Amino acid sequence: MRALRSPFLAPLVLALAAVAVYALADSNFVLRVASLVFIFGLAAIGLNILVGDAGQVSLGHAGFLGIGAYAVAVLPPQTGLHPLLAGIVGVGVAGVLALAVGRPVLRLKGHALAVATLGLGILIFMALTNEAWLTGGPDGMRVERLTLFGERIRGATNWYVITAVALVIGALIAASLKASPTGRALRALHDSEIAALTAGVDVARYKTIAFVISAVYAASAGVLLALFEGFVTPDVAGFLTSIELVTMVVLGGMGSIVGAVVGAAIITALPQVLTVFQEYEHMMLGLVMMAAMIGLRRGIVPSLLLLLTLPGRRGRDKR
Amino acid sequence: MSAELMQFAFSGLTVGAVYALVALGFTLIYNASGVINFAQGEFVMLGGMTTVFIGAAGVPLPLAAILAVAITVLIGLLLWALAIETARGANAVTLIIITIGASIFLRGATEVVFDKQFHALPAISGDDPIRVAGAAVLPQTVWVLGGALSVVVVLYAFMERTLIGKAVIATAANRIAAKLVGINTALIVGLSFGISAAIGALAGILVTPITLTSYDVGTLLALKGFAAAMLGGMGNPVGAVVGGLLVGLIEAFGAGLISSPYKDAFAFLVILAVLFFLPAGLFGRKSVERV
Repeated sequence: MRALRSPFLAPLVLALAAVAVYALADSNFVLRVASLVFIFGLAAIGLNILVGDAGQVSLGHAGFLGIGAYAVAVLPPQTGLHPLLAGIVGVGVAGVLALAVGRPVLRLKGHALAVATLGLGILIFMALTNEAWLTGGPDGMRVERLTLFGERIRGATNWYVITAVALVIGALIAASLKASPTGRALRALHDSEIAALTAGVDVARYKTIAFVISAVYAASAGVLLALFEGFVTPDVAGFLTSIELVTMVVLGGMGSIVGAVVGAAIITALPQVLTVFQEYEHMMLGLVMMAAMIGLRRGIVPSLLLLLTLPGRRGRDKR
Repeated sequence: MSAELMQFAFSGLTVGAVYALVALGFTLIYNASGVINFAQGEFVMLGGMTTVFIGAAGVPLPLAAILAVAITVLIGLLLWALAIETARGANAVTLIIITIGASIFLRGATEVVFDKQFHALPAISGDDPIRVAGAAVLPQTVWVLGGALSVVVVLYAFMERTLIGKAVIATAANRIAAKLVGINTALIVGLSFGISAAIGALAGILVTPITLTSYDVGTLLALKGFAAAMLGGMGNPVGAVVGGLLVGLIEAFGAGLISSPYKDAFAFLVILAVLFFLPAGLFGRKSVERV
């Protein structure tokens, strides 16, 4: 069972899962839903570094998603920038913004980051909604198709491959980070800030690093989302999206890379399944969220792993 | 002060009073349990919606309002007993997700049981505006402000003058010590959920004649109430009330004088500024941690 603890198991599992889904997929619809899962999975992996490893909550992460998405929507027609360069600009802006907000706020204890990100997310959402001359307002705007080497990128299969590769790269980077001194510092400060401080960990600095990394992940996911959908609306940056992102992380398993993607798969696919229940959809979503958090409070993947690896020590789940 | 500014001040105080009551609800539950209850806005929505529908069934409105408060309290207690109490000991993020799940569930249930329309209630003392220093004030505004004031006074008396109230204060101050002197802290948490639900429902009933209600008004109220509680200093009841009124005033003056599409943004801008320069909130004590 030692293999289950290897840091690079997660990207491998995700790569294999992506290949398996591709082999089993019988329609473009499945591939498109899977691509969405990979995109949100990427954002969730990043957010998990902040929530799961550093123990900080962000209630406005969709704002960074929105910055990435609108960068590729707005910049190419306005400035003639290539969509990929526009995406890099968007990711950069998100990172700098996270640094500017995170540095003063993360010196504080408790829920300060939750409030700050809540405010930031709503401000970004309102700017995207109200500045209609630039963003098309609440109705959203079209995104130019991505062209690479003179070829327009389209088709479910192409996007499936692109998003899957992005997800695995994101998972690889997150896995290396976890195994690095930074990853250890983050987990140390999550366990006990005082102990980490005494051991020489600059708590505020490492929390800020985690916040900036998670913002960069979210903005990258936003870039992919806009290019994939070919259309963006301010809802990508809305409060509900932020909540969904946090739910993906917590539901799938805090601190678990595979867990983040499992959470993303559930939250992305659930509305498709719940349409069967029609008007009961929201009730069911709320119920699933509550039941999962009460029943599997470490999240799905860690709870299952615990059952697998420690059959005799199940009682340890109480913390 | 010109009549226009007076007008902004009154409309700010009216919504501010509702934010204050939501923030007070947040504070009560946070103090007793450390849980941030994002379903707080749904209590406000339930108060308004239930009164509308019980009233539409032919029940006289005052009775409908009392029933609505009772039903909301029951839902608050159920939320505590079924979701919060069973998840006892889970970490803060997990509990936040549970309360957000509860708020989505309550919104969905309201959509199914009632409907998705906007509803109004008749104003308690009619719609003829009162003239105050050149501003037109709806009589209902007086009811909202008076209602909020009464809630604060009654709550204060309850906390300071009754044994159960003192148990709530003791639990907020130190949960383990409270347990050691024989206080059933789990029940105190349940009680705080019940009181918060009652306060929320009352706010919803009083403000519905002015702002209307529908199944989805709770989310933004919860966000603003949370922001107001943080502005005042999380955990401080006085701070919650002042924070709520301030958020309402900032919003009204920002919308009136600067830009109305960004009405909802002003409150959050101010809160970001407070976090940067006054991290503990206006009334929060500087947190000192014992090791």
